Amino acid sequence: MNLITSRYFPWVFLVAVAVLPLMFASDYKLFQFTMVVVYAIAVLGLNLLTGYNGQVSLGNGAFYAIGAYVTAIMMDKWDIPYWATIPFSAVICAGVGFLIGLPALRLGGMYLALTTFALAVATPQLLKYKLFDDYTGGVQGIVINKPDAPFGLPLNPDQWLYLFALTVGAILFILATNLVRGRIGRAMRAIRDQPLAAEAMGIDIAMFKTRTFALSAMFTGIAGSLGAITIQFVAPDAFGVPLSLTFFVGMVVGGGASIGGAIMGALFIQFIPNIADEISKAAPGAVYGLILIAFMFLLPGGLASLIRILKRKPA
Amino acid sequence: MRRRTLLTGIGSTALLATPHIARAQWPGVTADEIKIGHTIPYSGPASAYGVIGHAHTAFFKMLNEQGGVAGRKVNFISLDDGYLPPKTVEQVRRLVEQDGVSFMFSPLGTANNTAIQKYLNQKKIPQLFVATGADKWGNPKDFPWTIGWQPSYRTEAQIYAKYMRKEKPAAKLGVLYQNDDFGKDYLIGLKDALGADYAKFIAKEVSYEITDATIDSQAVTLRESGADVLVTAATPKFAAQMIRKVADMDWKPMHFLSNVSASVGSVIKPAGVEKAVGIITSAYIKDSTDPMWANDPGIKAWREWMNKWMPGADQTDGGYLAAYGLDQTMIQLFKQCGKDLSRENIMHQAGNLQPHDCGVLLPGIQPNTTPTNFHPIRQMQLSKWDGQSWKLFGEIIEGTGA
Repeated sequence: MNLITSRYFPWVFLVAVAVLPLMFASDYKLFQFTMVVVYAIAVLGLNLLTGYNGQVSLGNGAFYAIGAYVTAIMMDKWDIPYWATIPFSAVICAGVGFLIGLPALRLGGMYLALTTFALAVATPQLLKYKLFDDYTGGVQGIVINKPDAPFGLPLNPDQWLYLFALTVGAILFILATNLVRGRIGRAMRAIRDQPLAAEAMGIDIAMFKTRTFALSAMFTGIAGSLGAITIQFVAPDAFGVPLSLTFFVGMVVGGGASIGGAIMGALFIQFIPNIADEISKAAPGAVYGLILIAFMFLLPGGLASLIRILKRKPA
Repeated sequence: MRRRTLLTGIGSTALLATPHIARAQWPGVTADEIKIGHTIPYSGPASAYGVIGHAHTAFFKMLNEQGGVAGRKVNFISLDDGYLPPKTVEQVRRLVEQDGVSFMFSPLGTANNTAIQKYLNQKKIPQLFVATGADKWGNPKDFPWTIGWQPSYRTEAQIYAKYMRKEKPAAKLGVLYQNDDFGKDYLIGLKDALGADYAKFIAKEVSYEITDATIDSQAVTLRESGADVLVTAATPKFAAQMIRKVADMDWKPMHFLSNVSASVGSVIKPAGVEKAVGIITSAYIKDSTDPMWANDPGIKAWREWMNKWMPGADQTDGGYLAAYGLDQTMIQLFKQCGKDLSRENIMHQAGNLQPHDCGVLLPGIQPNTTPTNFHPIRQMQLSKWDGQSWKLFGEIIEGTGA
């Protein structure tokens, strides 16, 4: 029996990724791995919406921004501990996601993609808007403090933050896995593949679509909160169109409608730009583009299809 | 037995993980190398700034060929941050924790530098000569490890106010400013220079939002206030609108224009070259395209350097000129450091820069600092649009750079 196809694999994997980096990785690497966890949650959020439910979003960076700002403002203005901000950011983002899901009901395919894209375009400017200036810090953004490990644990802030993000990430991944395996997941996919048939089966399409939007926004918003704590800084220009497109790239490269794919997509968006920069200072964007095209040619189903190929082989 | 192999395994991996700091004399400095970190957008929406990074890289290459710094080669590590603050944080952490650089040299972008300022100051790592025009970098009391270089918007405004006060002691001042940190820096600068008399001079302050369609109503308000001096602290699109509106109203104030909007191509021509006649802005760098500098030794030296080290590069791009000027300040800093390349000494010397000539700065402008004044360039010269080009006039004026 191959380890990678075993049903215990996810648990072995989880323990390994929790323990090994703490033992061997430098603080800088841990910081990068923390960002991988953050991106994995964000990509998973987009995957639930686009991969499983077929609603294309090019604007999930907006939810990430809201999550990041909720955490930053609460920590900066009201001295609320970082962990306590995450439920707030989850609820607020879910609410915003639900509201945006309402008009999205009337839009399909490319029109929805374009509408959500507009959301991504508008986000940095809304964050700079002067009415919120006192809270958002305007163009300058907000600098926040890095949390120390609690209960006198013998961990430095980077190690603790990694474990914290990993714990939140693991909970969300388990939640998402259970969700898509069950009745709700089947309904989500049915709406994506055959909306008419789904409706005939008695699935409330409007309800599922708006709630999936809310769920996706919640995941992405929590990722934004964790990202803000990790980076220790939020500023409007960090949350523009490129961020939303990055999540989209992560989803497609990792593999749509795949839970494990989100992790691989996150690894891609975290590390490939750095590799491209190492290869060429003159045109890192072009190198990144070439790598992306190569991936799409070699693994059109995303990195997650690698696992499926492995699974198909007799053990 | 198995356990032992495992332990050895862990031991050797741990060894590999620690950066090799053998023979390190100071952080980032060994007997034959000094590591310098740098971030700039080579990709993304602001990748036009990438030329500055290429120029710095070429400059340190030249320096190495000439023998390096205090007998050491410079290992200049320049990384792409795509103009995204989170990426800047990541890259700077890599430079500090993995590459082990001695200091950060001129990271670009206001938000990007804000994102790393606290981290670098906590670690006591110099954040030298940041490439942004915001004023907050000269704050040695709260951030003793951070220092700027170019004149800030606030310094520029101080200079306009000084000139205005001298030429028109009874001026009625109108200000149009963009409602963000950029615009507000100008207001602060005017108040610095006029002090308690600001209330006496000011006729009207009007702001606009970057999302506004036009500033026509603001222009009318300013004119009706009776102002005869106008400071336009605006970005190019709005600056062009303002120039045109002021001319169309047949209003002829003494008009100061923020130097970010002094571009002939993107502001003066769209507004109308005739309508802009008489407008005053300020400069601190020689314009390499202006024939008046064709035989200037500083510009000639720069051109020779460009031809040799950046062959084929577009010499009309102002980025190369600014980068070269800044590199001269870096050379001065290394000279002052002598043999002591500790972070403490590097920062100490950065806060005690002797006045030095950068070649490409306007004659008389010499960057310098004191332990309480972290604004290396506080001088500028005014220049007036004559219908065809900007003409420098008057003396070099010094802002207070407080």
